[in-house]
Amino acid sequence: MSQEWLWVTIILVGLLTLGLRLSFIVFIGKMQIWPIIQRALRFVPIAVLSALIAPVLFFKDSSLDVSLSNIRLLAGILAILVAWRTKNVLLTILSGIACLLILQVFVLSH
Amino acid sequence: MKTSLSEFLHGIRDELPILLGVLPFGMVYGVSAISAGIPASIAQAMSCITFAGAAQFVIVQLIAAGTPWLVVILTAFIVNIRHIFYSASVSPYTSTLHPLWKWLLAYLLTDEAYAVTILHYQKVGNERQKHWYFLGAGLALWTAWQLSTAAGIFLGGHIPTSWSLDFASPLTFIALVVPALKDRISTTAALASGLTALLVTVLPLKLGIVLAALVGIAVGLTLELKKTPLIE
Repeated sequence: MSQEWLWVTIILVGLLTLGLRLSFIVFIGKMQIWPIIQRALRFVPIAVLSALIAPVLFFKDSSLDVSLSNIRLLAGILAILVAWRTKNVLLTILSGIACLLILQVFVLSH
Repeated sequence: MKTSLSEFLHGIRDELPILLGVLPFGMVYGVSAISAGIPASIAQAMSCITFAGAAQFVIVQLIAAGTPWLVVILTAFIVNIRHIFYSASVSPYTSTLHPLWKWLLAYLLTDEAYAVTILHYQKVGNERQKHWYFLGAGLALWTAWQLSTAAGIFLGGHIPTSWSLDFASPLTFIALVVPALKDRISTTAALASGLTALLVTVLPLKLGIVLAALVGIAVGLTLELKKTPLIE
């Protein structure tokens, strides 16, 4: 994406996000959100983030790779375990990066 | 009767523990943005204009993958939809404020500011000054986010690409999603979304991510409605 389109993108996202934040405070007032939408909202972050994680872990050079040579998958699995056991954001990131770096050195030297 | 200044300081004080988690998050964002090839000025401007942590990570990752701008905007919009809920939740308390106050507080309405502000609004007493608490909490978070982003951008420019720091943003998503999988329904929704994302990578324009997210939401909602139906 060129720099011009990057600017357009972040400005439009900014305006849309501000619109969402203003929605009830300024525009809609005291209207109720449908209960079904409220329930669906709970799944939005989980679903979007999972859709972003899976391809990064399972695809290597744009093809599916579930072998031991896919080091991002291995590092990702470790990070999932760390996140599950510790619930610590920083520890999850650091262990995932550290695991990837170690595996990189290991794969490069063999 | 508390003064507006003491409400403002109270808001800042209550936000401080949350900032400990936000600072590294902002730095990782800055580093990821630079390793995705986004210029420093745009990376910092995004923190100011968009001012939404999770969405900024998503934007960075999609841009790094060469996603068209319209799909980036659509995905970021979906990630940010939850702010409608926050807006609805605080609106009864802000209804008598001047429009300028409403716009300012809406701009500062993030997950982290909402979390402390709504709890404060729900306490009884001092109703006429509580928007100062909201402002204190919101500005504290805003300042921490801008500064930590700047620090990350600076670091990102000094770290070699062989350190694979582009991997930091999917790792951040893992750190956010895994603790949120508190029951079988949310875990199933996450797996449905991830699996769909793998199956639909053939779709043009990276629309697969939007489709996969919608499948995950639909699966989660269906299972939840089966468990506890809506009371009409």
